[in-house]
Amino acid sequence: MSFESQTFRVTRADLVRYAGASGDFNPIHWSERFATGVGLPGVIAHGMFTMALVGRAVTAWAGAPDAVVEFGVRFARPVPVPDTDEGTEVVVTATVKGETEDGNTKLALTATCQGEKVLSLAQAVVRKR
Amino acid sequence: MPLDQSFVGRTYPPTEPYLVGREKIREFARAIGATDREYVDPEAARAIGYQDVVAPPTFPIIITMASSHAQIVEDPELGIDYSRVVHGDQKFAYARPIVAGDALVCVNTVEEITTRGGHDFMTTRSDVTTEAGEPVVTVWAKLVQRGEE
Repeated sequence: MSFESQTFRVTRADLVRYAGASGDFNPIHWSERFATGVGLPGVIAHGMFTMALVGRAVTAWAGAPDAVVEFGVRFARPVPVPDTDEGTEVVVTATVKGETEDGNTKLALTATCQGEKVLSLAQAVVRKR
Repeated sequence: MPLDQSFVGRTYPPTEPYLVGREKIREFARAIGATDREYVDPEAARAIGYQDVVAPPTFPIIITMASSHAQIVEDPELGIDYSRVVHGDQKFAYARPIVAGDALVCVNTVEEITTRGGHDFMTTRSDVTTEAGEPVVTVWAKLVQRGEE
């Protein structure tokens, strides 16, 4: 079983707001000069911001904000965020991969940006409603 | 120089409690664009069995990243060069969601250090509990220290 994919728009303003709320002020997430200076294509999203968007998708699919039992990802590729009004988009999908011994549901997750997978080994365990 | 394997299994002293504020949860929920009422409205959170607003699943990173950074990444004996570090993996296992009003203590441990292809990989585990010792969430982060050019 799969869920309908969820799409999240990501702009530079989102990264600035996330930096402030999370306390992660690494300049690769807000300074083009710094990001290109360390060999990145430009400013990239915080991995934890991408993971937070995937978390929004997971809680929406699970139907409750407290339904997540386990949640893990590997950051496979950066999410470049251009300095435009549109920014970029992250698309999240999930497939049910079975049940745990406790009767919870295992989800295999994907997150893509510009058609490329930005996470690997992404999975969650959610409680049945 | 590869990271010192003898740090594997090292556990640091419990951190000072982090007091989880209702406004901090609201601010974090806004920043990730989450609109669930239980993140902002104490009444909505009480309706699903919590004393105050609950935090989104990745909220614990605020607490664990700061404390593991201060204790492990900045441990001069370990000697990590943070300018070469990228975030590899992240995992959370929840006993329950974080709730506004929690006073949370982190116990940080170096769980694994490996070296592959000139890069160092370090997994840290943060056991997050209430001051009374009630388990709340366990958080693993794998950091990659890229090899020197």
